[in-house]
Amino acid sequence: MPEQLIFGMEVFLNGLMAGVLYALVALGFVLIYKASGIFNYAQGVMALFSALTLVGIMEGQVPFGHLINAIFGTEIHGFGWHVPAFAAILLTMGVMILLAVIVQKCVFRHLVGQEPIILFMATIGLAYFLEGVGDIMWGSEIKKLDVGLPQGINTLIDETTFGWFGYGFFIDNLDIVATVIAALLVTALVIFAQYTKQGRAMRAVADDHQAALSVGISLNFVWVMVWSVAGFVALVAGIMWGTKSGVQFSLSLIALKALPVLMLGGFTSIPGAIVGGLIIGVGEKLFEFAIGPMVGGATENWFAYVLALIFLVFRPQGLFGEKIIERV
Amino acid sequence: MFDAAPSDETLLEVNNIEVIYNHVILVLKGVSLSVPKGGITALLGGNGAGKTTTLKAVSNLLHSERGEVTKGTISYRGDRVQDLDPAALVKRGVIQVMEGRHCFEHLTVEENLLTGAYTRSDGSANVADDLEMVYSYFPRLKERRKSQAGYTSGGEQQMVAMGRALMSRPETILLDEPSMGLAPQLVEQIFEIVKEVNEKEGVSFLLAEQNTNVALRYAHYGYILESGRVVMDGPAAELRENPDVKEFYLGMSEEGRKSFRDVRSYRRRKRWLS
Repeated sequence: MPEQLIFGMEVFLNGLMAGVLYALVALGFVLIYKASGIFNYAQGVMALFSALTLVGIMEGQVPFGHLINAIFGTEIHGFGWHVPAFAAILLTMGVMILLAVIVQKCVFRHLVGQEPIILFMATIGLAYFLEGVGDIMWGSEIKKLDVGLPQGINTLIDETTFGWFGYGFFIDNLDIVATVIAALLVTALVIFAQYTKQGRAMRAVADDHQAALSVGISLNFVWVMVWSVAGFVALVAGIMWGTKSGVQFSLSLIALKALPVLMLGGFTSIPGAIVGGLIIGVGEKLFEFAIGPMVGGATENWFAYVLALIFLVFRPQGLFGEKIIERV
Repeated sequence: MFDAAPSDETLLEVNNIEVIYNHVILVLKGVSLSVPKGGITALLGGNGAGKTTTLKAVSNLLHSERGEVTKGTISYRGDRVQDLDPAALVKRGVIQVMEGRHCFEHLTVEENLLTGAYTRSDGSANVADDLEMVYSYFPRLKERRKSQAGYTSGGEQQMVAMGRALMSRPETILLDEPSMGLAPQLVEQIFEIVKEVNEKEGVSFLLAEQNTNVALRYAHYGYILESGRVVMDGPAAELRENPDVKEFYLGMSEEGRKSFRDVRSYRRRKRWLS
């Protein structure tokens, strides 16, 4: 087998794994968009915030430590304990649910019936607010996150492929775990949205706020529920990205990569977010591998956006998005 | 089987309410009405008379449109209900079918109907029974149960909206403009179903309608609203014979139906304005 093809296969597999991580972020967008028609700009920051909180809790860091020290002249930095990963994840989930309640109570409850663009603006504000709060609460240095997920090269795949092609593929264990978790998450979410009463209520609210109110669906409850679920998805994404590249503020920028994923997959489709993520992941890696050297590299920065642009022209609702129903 | 005639028991009592939108726009200027158990009560009037606002004031959907009841009281079975949220009211048996259908477009017809049962907690077996009940009133919906509601016709969407309300097992349905945008034949069909539901299920209706002719044929009692006030009320049969209603709402004068070509100016002022 030609060497180029074997390399290409490895790039393809790695692209798939990277795509899963994009998809995880995109998933949070889809959930909130489906239920409230809000494009939640803050989703990436939520992933960052959850990762920061998780590290903070695990390390026993005192929230707002810097602020307290600055005001009272004290020198406290940590509680001096370490919380096991599993408990810390549960606690962080509690914080994300609390965040959902606060966001609903303080922001979106007052904006019922407003234009989508106004809701979108509110989420931009929320994003910067949350980034600032995360900074003040836990500090801005880059942190290492280790919740005990396996990392490093998967030796089984390495040896097997070496046996086949005489060349071992490098696949990170973390990527494999991320794929499995993403698959489970998506299955659970699809079942929730399609076949449960609350899921149906969520989709009803997405279609028509007023009508949902009129049949007795509580918008407040549905939105808190959806923001909590989106917070959970953000937490999963935060753990994966944080483990891979450290918890740092650039994490919130990966949210921007979710945009082309959504345009490809469709803003309203949970499976679409996954497929879109995989296409972007594989697409940019293969493009960089095949075309990159000809144009001087760094194509990963723009490839996804160009692909999304082309999609917007020919299929604005994305691959799996709900058709925009317009009756005349 | 229930008796078609309304009983003496009053379910809904609206007492002299005033509604203001956005803190400035006064829409209702003192509307009072009552809905008896088992009756079909019509709320008539032209565009902007305040029919929809009255219904939304009752169902408490005003709040999400920045409207608010500033004066007067609304009570259901004697309890003050104007501070409840819509969900609590649905649980008490009052549900609104909004003007312009408002189906959940991306949900299938059947899913739309099931959302109507959201507030119920009496088990899925009962809900399944009621789904069959709704399909028996609207056989057309059973054929289309798997279609997305957004792709069904206007008449079918009206049926979906009404069926969805029925799924909550209501005692009173606030039905807003069911005839809107429908062919005359279909309007007749929809009103026949309203009458059937009223007689067989004992559901009371408060019905806002511009089509005075049809509404007065099916209702037991009527209120006429003009610029936010009730200007006339009475049993439907009496309203039908009232010369003013005939002239201004039914388009008939003593010489019978007249052509618009002959109309130059109103022959006389409405009596209730003087």
